[in-house]
Amino acid sequence: MLELRKDIFADERDDNLKEIGRGTQRQDMLGHVTGTSSYFNDHKLQGMLHLKVVRSTQAHARIRRIDTSEAERSGGVRRIIRGTDVPVNLNTLLSLINFGKDDEPSLAVDKVRYKGEPVVAIVADSEREAFEAVAKVKIDYEPLPAVFDVEDALKPGAPVVNETYPKNTFTYHETYDHQRLRFGDADAALATADHVLEQRYQMSPIEHAPTETNGAIAAPDTNGRYVVYTSTQALFFSVDTCAKILDVPSNTFHFIGGTVGGGFGGKVDTLTEPLAILGAMLTGKPVRYVFGREEEMQYGPPRGAERIYIKDGVMRDGRIVARKIRALFDSGAYTRLSSYAAVKCAAHLPGPYTIPNVYGDVYCVFTNRTPATAMRGFGVTAMDFAIECQMDKLANLVGMDPMEFRILNAYRDGDMKAHRREAKNTALIECVQVAAEKAKWPLRDEFRRASSRKDGGGSRAVIPPTPTDSSRARPMAPAQQRTSYDRLPPTVTREPPREPPPPAPPPSPRPAAPSHGATRFSSVFGTRRR
Amino acid sequence: MSKIPLQFRHNGHDVAIFVDGGTNLLVALRELIGDMTPKFGCGQGGCGTCSVLVDGELHLSCLTLAETVAGRSIETLDGMKQGPNLHPLQRAFADNFAAQCGYCTPGMLMAAKALLDRNPRPSRDEVIEAISGNICRCTGYEPIINAILAAAGGRASA
Repeated sequence: MLELRKDIFADERDDNLKEIGRGTQRQDMLGHVTGTSSYFNDHKLQGMLHLKVVRSTQAHARIRRIDTSEAERSGGVRRIIRGTDVPVNLNTLLSLINFGKDDEPSLAVDKVRYKGEPVVAIVADSEREAFEAVAKVKIDYEPLPAVFDVEDALKPGAPVVNETYPKNTFTYHETYDHQRLRFGDADAALATADHVLEQRYQMSPIEHAPTETNGAIAAPDTNGRYVVYTSTQALFFSVDTCAKILDVPSNTFHFIGGTVGGGFGGKVDTLTEPLAILGAMLTGKPVRYVFGREEEMQYGPPRGAERIYIKDGVMRDGRIVARKIRALFDSGAYTRLSSYAAVKCAAHLPGPYTIPNVYGDVYCVFTNRTPATAMRGFGVTAMDFAIECQMDKLANLVGMDPMEFRILNAYRDGDMKAHRREAKNTALIECVQVAAEKAKWPLRDEFRRASSRKDGGGSRAVIPPTPTDSSRARPMAPAQQRTSYDRLPPTVTREPPREPPPPAPPPSPRPAAPSHGATRFSSVFGTRRR
Repeated sequence: MSKIPLQFRHNGHDVAIFVDGGTNLLVALRELIGDMTPKFGCGQGGCGTCSVLVDGELHLSCLTLAETVAGRSIETLDGMKQGPNLHPLQRAFADNFAAQCGYCTPGMLMAAKALLDRNPRPSRDEVIEAISGNICRCTGYEPIINAILAAAGGRASA
């Protein structure tokens, strides 16, 4: 059951909660329907200047020379900003929580690592004059070999995208080039499984395409401070990022935001605020930097692409006995939040199922593509897509109904998860039952009667012996029939599993779980904290 | 650069401004009149959030040359309220959860108003057609369609 921490929150609200089932008006609805909600761009400031950036035309190139002489003479130009003008021109977003190395400049200096990377910023009296000056900047590039595929990026001799990470993989805990999960002996289980199904899945980058593009307006305020109107989804995160990049205390800034014209994760990267503020610092005027639609679509950070290989061993009765996963998360040219996405991806294995042998490798890979960022469940979404496609194929393979197949393999309260944490408050079975009912999808009695509260724990709560990678023998050629989904015989009939669902041992006495004292798990640092 | 004098009616009031040649109506409204209710979404006629009414007809202000509205009547969301009271469409949008981030809402409401002004009892298909030029990325279109139908039917909710 859900535990409410009344001792912590006692003073914050009463427990007289009765909102569910009642309509409650949003607090910002009146502003939205009257057009009075104030977005960052709805501020017209006296003497406001406009900032536009010159973007790389190359996916990977050394910068030989930047010639701004013609742009400097262009009409209305107030200031040209180069990488050397940025006080701290190297940052990584999660450095604020001490995670990862600084790897991304605000304006490229020596090299560009993706097409569209900002190189020079121009501040001018009008947007049109800023665009005209941008077109007059000449950059001499020495093209370098580029890599656009996560698997190519891991091959020996692949071009090094980002010198901070010379192996083209993010480095975890200053040691590991990927996230690793080992539980039981997946290779041994695959060797004895009735069927083995190996499949490849991938998801393309996805642009959030908010109707409001990314942007910020920065203006000199009284007493040497700056007021910043911003589209950011992460206001305090953006404040601290700007303080770091501009090398000033964060109380230099008064950030105003919170009304965001669609974000979905695409407005956490603090892409426009640092340059808008720097422009205001260098000109003493309000400066607006807003993405055009093309910039938003082409160079705004997308959901990262993923490629996922899943190899499952399944018995004829429908029990999955092994799941082996290799996932490659495409971070693009810089880390941003993808290191964290890969952690989430690994944390999600093997999906909400109790599988006695699980083996996972998840890589955060650098390529010369647009840097990826957050987007609705990033790191987990593609993995879920892959796992659930795989579940359908496995059900088909063993001739089971796909919903019943999920109930059979679903985790139950008391089971041991591959991460060596006890499964609690599980509800996949109930979700499937409700979904089946709503879809008028027939389930047989034994599956209608199944419950997340029954049949868990016991032998399912055991952490299996797990060989270390160094002791693991190379897997032998599997003796059982290897099955490809594509070669599935067309006549698969639904038949009941030959054995009942996994044994229902007497409910094991629950370990004395602490009823209070919030033990939390930091997925970023991999440590427990209280 | 020489400025061009321009007069038109804005939500029932006469206004006069000077624009640069080539200025579009969206920029004129937002930066010269100070009416921030039409939004910039794409600048290329793809999203509809800059929609306004010109003599009662729905137009994309980002693709309308400001000079072409001389002497005409412009309506924006800023003029939709009836005194202190919400317009029935605004009430219906609020009651039907037809806005989430709110950024497409000004354009949606103008498209809906253009429809109901000429067709007070539209069918569902006619509502869908009427907002087909307006992109919403949050709420989904169902609550918006229901809100417009509710306003047309005079019901509190669909």
